[in-house]
Amino acid sequence: MMIEARGLSRTFRSRHNDVEAVRGVDLDVTEGEIVGFLGPNGAGKTTTLRMLTTLLEPTSGTATVAGCDLAKDPVGVRRRIGYVPQSGTTYPEALAGEELVDHARMYGITTGVARSRGRELMDRFELDGVWDRKCRTLSGGQRRRLDIAMGLIHQPGLIFLDEPTTGLDPQARANLWVHIRNLRDALGATVFITTHYLEEADALCDRILVIDHGEIVARGTPEELKQRVSGDTVELTMANAAAVASAVRVASALPGADEPDTDGTTVRFHVPHGGQVLPALLRQLDGDGAEPLAVGVRRPTLDDVFLTLTGRSLREEPAA
Amino acid sequence: MRFFTDTWIVFSRAMRLSVRNPIWVILGLIQPILYLSLFGPLLKPVAESPGFPPGDPWQVFVPGLLVQLGIFGAAFVGFGLVAEYRAGVVERMRVTPASRLSLLLGRVMRDVIVLLVQGTILIGAALIFGLRAPLASLIVGLVVVGALGASFSALSYAAALTLKSEDALAPLLNGLAVPTLLLSGILLPMSLAPRWLELVSDFNPIKHIVDGIRQIFLGEVFTGVVGWGVLLTAAMIAVGLAVGARTFQKETS
Repeated sequence: MMIEARGLSRTFRSRHNDVEAVRGVDLDVTEGEIVGFLGPNGAGKTTTLRMLTTLLEPTSGTATVAGCDLAKDPVGVRRRIGYVPQSGTTYPEALAGEELVDHARMYGITTGVARSRGRELMDRFELDGVWDRKCRTLSGGQRRRLDIAMGLIHQPGLIFLDEPTTGLDPQARANLWVHIRNLRDALGATVFITTHYLEEADALCDRILVIDHGEIVARGTPEELKQRVSGDTVELTMANAAAVASAVRVASALPGADEPDTDGTTVRFHVPHGGQVLPALLRQLDGDGAEPLAVGVRRPTLDDVFLTLTGRSLREEPAA
Repeated sequence: MRFFTDTWIVFSRAMRLSVRNPIWVILGLIQPILYLSLFGPLLKPVAESPGFPPGDPWQVFVPGLLVQLGIFGAAFVGFGLVAEYRAGVVERMRVTPASRLSLLLGRVMRDVIVLLVQGTILIGAALIFGLRAPLASLIVGLVVVGALGASFSALSYAAALTLKSEDALAPLLNGLAVPTLLLSGILLPMSLAPRWLELVSDFNPIKHIVDGIRQIFLGEVFTGVVGWGVLLTAAMIAVGLAVGARTFQKETS
């Protein structure tokens, strides 16, 4: 087990009121997993992450991270984890290569080893020719890849990435996804990633924890989560009112389907495994002489999941 | 020992950044040199007035400039730390096994070295302008620059790490710096002041430190004034480093 947390809580006390940022989070992450921590801004993602990385003391609860107890051996935890904060890791005026080497030396790595590892990591993350450049001259994507290289310089088995792609353009984001997947596939690392992008959690993660108001409200593989919510959406466009009536009749008889909605000549309903029931459905409609003009099946998104779980859409949250 | 290694790593990184961008070191020197050349000559007639301490005007003025350099050269280093915090540098260093105290002391050491270089140049310039004082007293003057620098740089970093914003840091530092300067007798000795003003300035430890160095510049060592100066300088370092260490060891939310 790479991370095992029980009842992790953090309350921020101020003079006027206490804010329970995280309330009793349990989580387990096994070796070699990519786990996504998904939630809107202010849900408690970063606070949880800061507790797991020894930056914040939990108000209550316990955790073992990379084999070390969070409360008793925080230095042991620090030695074994890599952390890439949302704000970045490098000073704009410093040279990229020097930041890598100095960071490595803080883990007790000698300058020689740090240099060769730094070069290797720069190769891996497509940062050729960046060593002697000031960090402020790098592009957003380069800077982010350098951050990840910083987090890997001491070869940790567990890497925390806090909102790694926030502020990147779509191309740079897709490129970073490849690199993040490679952390596990090529380096065998366990990756814990926070994000408020559903596509990102969907594309990257083996398992997702959904957090809202400081509590975990759902957990599972992206498929499981989507499956659990509403099934697929099937949309049929019919020729006339009679055809609509037979479509409604046939659809509501399907096992697991909900009550169809009609809107003019459009019939919409939800059913598990929409793609699989479609052929039989079409055959039946054909037999009734009510062949649809158009058919659409939409797989549920994590946005549907979040909406079902919390009654709010993730997309309503302003981007950070 | 790990602690010393960590401090050295933080120091050498900070030093490299300063050396690469020496503009701030130079700008930091311009102010005292301007005081020396544009304000110093005004002291000649003032030195005739009753209440002016014994000694050549330069022997009175240069100790004040050295203390000013120590305080103001260090007080604003917090702005650099806010920039580092914003870039995530402080955070990522705190997740390494390195000692929290090293993260502070390495940076303070860099500031002290920079101040010692500036102080040496300032003393050299003062000698050219006409300062005459025993060599040992000049070295003591430099040591005080470094000591006050260590204290104020640690305090400035503590304030920076607590406030985490230039907009909050600037008024705080200015609000403290101006009264400290006016009540320290750095520019004109407080012995010229009316009684009430002198009494108020007695509460400012910096004033006693300045007075102590002035006596040393006159070649006097074993006096009560010098003793007070030494004691208060040591106390300033202790307070500065204690506050800084506490802030760096505390979790930052």
